[in-house]
Amino acid sequence: MAAAARFFTRGANSKLSLSGIGTGAQSSFGVTLLKLSPSCNSRTKTQRRHAAHFTFQPDPVPTQYGPTQKMNLFQSVTSALDNTLASDPTAVIFGEDVAFGGVFRCTVGLRDKYGKDRVFNTPLCEQGIVGFGIGVAVAGATAIAEIQFADYIYPAFDQIVNEAAKYRYRSGNLFDCGNLTIRAPWGCVGHGSLYHSQSPEAFFAHCPGIKHCRNINLFLNVCVFSSVEQVPVEAYTVPLSQAEILQEGSDVTLVAWGTQVHVMREVADMAQEKLGVSCELIDLQTILPWDVETVCKSVVKTGRLLISHEAPVTGGFASEISSTVQEGCFLNLEAPISRVCGYDTPFPHIFEPFYIPDKWKCFEAIRRMINY
Amino acid sequence: MKTMLAIISNALCRITGRTVGAQTVSELLIDLSEYVNVTSPAAPALAATPRQPPKPPPVSARASAAELVSAQSDQLDRPGARVVVSRSFADFTPQASFDIKKCDVHRLEEGPPLKAELTREQGLQYYRIMQTVRRMELKADQLYKQKIIRGFCHLYDGQEACAAGIEAAINPSDHLITAYRAHGYTYTRGVSVKEILAELTGRKGGVAKGKGGSMHMYAPRFYGGNGIVGAQVPLGAGIALACQYQGNDQVCVTLYGDGAANQGQLFESFNMAALWKLPCIFICENNQYGMGTSMERASASTDYYKRGDFVPGIRVDGMDVLCVREATKFAADHCRSGKGPIIMELQTYRYHGHSMSDPGVSYRTREEIQEVRSKSDPISMLKERMLSNNMASIEEFKEIDVAIRKEVEDAAQFATSDPEPPLEELCNHIFHNNPPLEVRGTNPWVTLKSVS
Repeated sequence: MAAAARFFTRGANSKLSLSGIGTGAQSSFGVTLLKLSPSCNSRTKTQRRHAAHFTFQPDPVPTQYGPTQKMNLFQSVTSALDNTLASDPTAVIFGEDVAFGGVFRCTVGLRDKYGKDRVFNTPLCEQGIVGFGIGVAVAGATAIAEIQFADYIYPAFDQIVNEAAKYRYRSGNLFDCGNLTIRAPWGCVGHGSLYHSQSPEAFFAHCPGIKHCRNINLFLNVCVFSSVEQVPVEAYTVPLSQAEILQEGSDVTLVAWGTQVHVMREVADMAQEKLGVSCELIDLQTILPWDVETVCKSVVKTGRLLISHEAPVTGGFASEISSTVQEGCFLNLEAPISRVCGYDTPFPHIFEPFYIPDKWKCFEAIRRMINY
Repeated sequence: MKTMLAIISNALCRITGRTVGAQTVSELLIDLSEYVNVTSPAAPALAATPRQPPKPPPVSARASAAELVSAQSDQLDRPGARVVVSRSFADFTPQASFDIKKCDVHRLEEGPPLKAELTREQGLQYYRIMQTVRRMELKADQLYKQKIIRGFCHLYDGQEACAAGIEAAINPSDHLITAYRAHGYTYTRGVSVKEILAELTGRKGGVAKGKGGSMHMYAPRFYGGNGIVGAQVPLGAGIALACQYQGNDQVCVTLYGDGAANQGQLFESFNMAALWKLPCIFICENNQYGMGTSMERASASTDYYKRGDFVPGIRVDGMDVLCVREATKFAADHCRSGKGPIIMELQTYRYHGHSMSDPGVSYRTREEIQEVRSKSDPISMLKERMLSNNMASIEEFKEIDVAIRKEVEDAAQFATSDPEPPLEELCNHIFHNNPPLEVRGTNPWVTLKSVS
């Protein structure tokens, strides 16, 4: 897994970046298995304290970026923001509750360090926050807007799609808002229910003009404190639109992003252990524009592809990947491309452990592809 | 006896700093009489005792207590002998008039009346409602801490007067919609405590069959229960349009908070409602904090009742159930007479934090919370009013409390033991009026059936 912090260089392609930080989920495997037999309803089992639905494995320590320090994901985000504010005097951070540190602790200490004119709270108005951010960016300052949960981004959808994404195009390069970054935590957390668990990447994937990047997981509550890794301290850049091959393999390509990458890691281990299948795991990292080349190259090598995400399957981003890959690698495919995603329902409250594409479902998909 | 009463009364006055009702003194004596041989001189002397408050205490009842004591004084030689005193309900004041705070108005000639009538039955009913909501929220708190309720849970204690007052002023046929702090309104709109707690724990006996959770509870004429801040206000305006269109003389009460007051959609709704004279009462429940942000730090203007600009507004003391009731009645009359929408700002307070994951003390002091609890608690205020005007007795309130406690306990028991909804429910209710369809699932070979 790549280092968790990203430092965005602006200007390169002068497009708006939309970064999402996945939130982890908590539910026990036992519960998931139990849910497969609907008549089973033991109170003790379903009420058991839930652990995450995967085990976190830290990345190897990166050596090419200088000294590293142990941090967890939100600390890395804070570090990245710190570096940005330090090196870019026009950078400002704003959003709901960012001043005290943010509900995900991503901006802790920044207000004290850089002043309240650079790190400030906004009132409760997503449309206003994003529109305001677009204005800041267009005028030349670096704007980092925070939307508290990705589920709340919809009032701002018009601003993002109709204003931010099209600014440069419609003004013939006279203006651009490449200086705007919108951060929004997404993904299920185990108890988020309908409005704290969504993955809206598919809505934005359909919008040319924005760059949509899924930073690796930010785990909420329980998991966040345990996902600790070594992270470079100094500012460094990692290019967008480049997928990362986390694990080389020869039989199946697994593509995921966000929290699901961790699930897939476990699936890859399970597949190796139980089926003797070697999996190549790719973290897509950026949704739009996505790294077609890396994925296709991998599929040419393995012949099988499994894509997995929490968002509902119909119209989910896996469909775009699937379609493109079959166009490019049709004759290399040994089995139909598999998508293991969420159900086509609103994100449920009590049914969450059953809803999410957990490792057992992915494992089953691999098994079927191998035996095709 | 007269001297003893005077002595006790004076002592209590000095201790509490307030005038002590005759009832308090007589109850103290009754309690004491269990342990002490309280003899009484001739009863008439008692009746002549000048006593505060001006409202005449039920002299007969007190006299009977004293008489009872004196008659049995021989048998009271044994310590621990009990004296039983019964009060007949005919002794209570059936109705009283109370002064309520004047409401600030915006674009209105006059505001709601300054006096409110309260009958005994009404008083007890409001007390019952508010106390039930309070106990229910505290029970939800407890269950959450035991991890039986999970997810998000936004509690309503402290704000009970708003829900109770509004419900007292509107008809059951009127409509109501609110945001996520919805448990109180779910109750006042007719859902039982059992169903509310079961919905919180996600069981099939819950009001939304366990599929919604804390923020998504509904009932006939109660449209929830909405998670996205401010999104319910245009919905409320739409409901009001339906009422107007159908000509049924109903109003829609649309609630939102001080945090939501800065959302753009609200102003769009105000405009539409005023333009088309919709019978919509917009109510801002201003509990002074939008999550952790105080209203001064979020709003350029904290006069939320004026924020509708061209929509008339009233600012109401939201901790006084009578004030809320009178103001809502006033507002409902305004809407029903075709004058268009009106905004009410209820100044209230929540004791808990924003939700269960917020301790509630990082942005406000414990002293502040304590102060509100001791000075303006809605339930205490109603209780004191009724007691000091002799509209009910302490025992009655105690009985109500006990009954409510039991109701909430039973509900919690149900909520923890009811089974979860069956798996088939996962895919039901996606589309409206659809023939059964297959819902694509996590795997290509697994589909679930949806029977709409």
